[in-house]
Amino acid sequence: MPVLTQPIDVLLRFCDGDLDAFEALFRQHQREVYGWIVRIVRDPAAAEDLTVETFWRIYRAHARFDPARSFGPWARRIATNAALDHLKTARRETELPDDLSSPLLPEPGISEEIRQKTARAFRRLPPKLQVAATLALVEEQPYKEIAEALGISTGAVKLRVFRAVRILRKELKRQGVEP
Amino acid sequence: MREHQEERIEQLLRETLQPINGRAGAELRGDLWPAMLKRLEARPAQVPWFDWALLGAVIAWLLFFPGAIPVLVYHL
Repeated sequence: MPVLTQPIDVLLRFCDGDLDAFEALFRQHQREVYGWIVRIVRDPAAAEDLTVETFWRIYRAHARFDPARSFGPWARRIATNAALDHLKTARRETELPDDLSSPLLPEPGISEEIRQKTARAFRRLPPKLQVAATLALVEEQPYKEIAEALGISTGAVKLRVFRAVRILRKELKRQGVEP
Repeated sequence: MREHQEERIEQLLRETLQPINGRAGAELRGDLWPAMLKRLEARPAQVPWFDWALLGAVIAWLLFFPGAIPVLVYHL
């Protein structure tokens, strides 16, 4: 992910609640925030809504932002929380639909049945483990970046990924898939 | 053995979910600022100070006269 920088005066004005400064930050960071969210929720429409939700939270929290720090990582952390909230709500509201992965091209390496069983097992993971596993194993984002976005240590990220894989192994075994 | 299984699971996960890069929707296509503006304009209406004062008075009244609660409930 590129680290975008912005003039300190924009950040200072944003802290004071200046809408023009907020617009400048929004326009500069919307793509980065969207890109991060879509990697977590894997649904472009939901990612667009969550990008707006993230910036809404950012706008409300303007007074708490420290202009001496970088805006990008702060925004990414808020985006991660918004995406996590979305995953928790989606988990409660929907009874595990089968279109989560929605790959454009069927992967020739594995059968459709195994793919569906893996997707189902993945959706049964707690959202926090889903996020860690997606970002680390599928998107191959650096652990340090994931840790910053989740507000935890890199060790805790590794633990979450380890737990996710262990639960997936058990769940796949239960479904008759011997990895 | 277990390590091998875990590596296989990681591989299954990658093949099932597939990285977003290069897929449709990986990049933001439009500008979301108009949607953001709508969201900013749809801020919840402020509750007038008089309503807060009235609520405070009712709570104080109920604290001093708890016997009035059934009367209030009856009139609601």
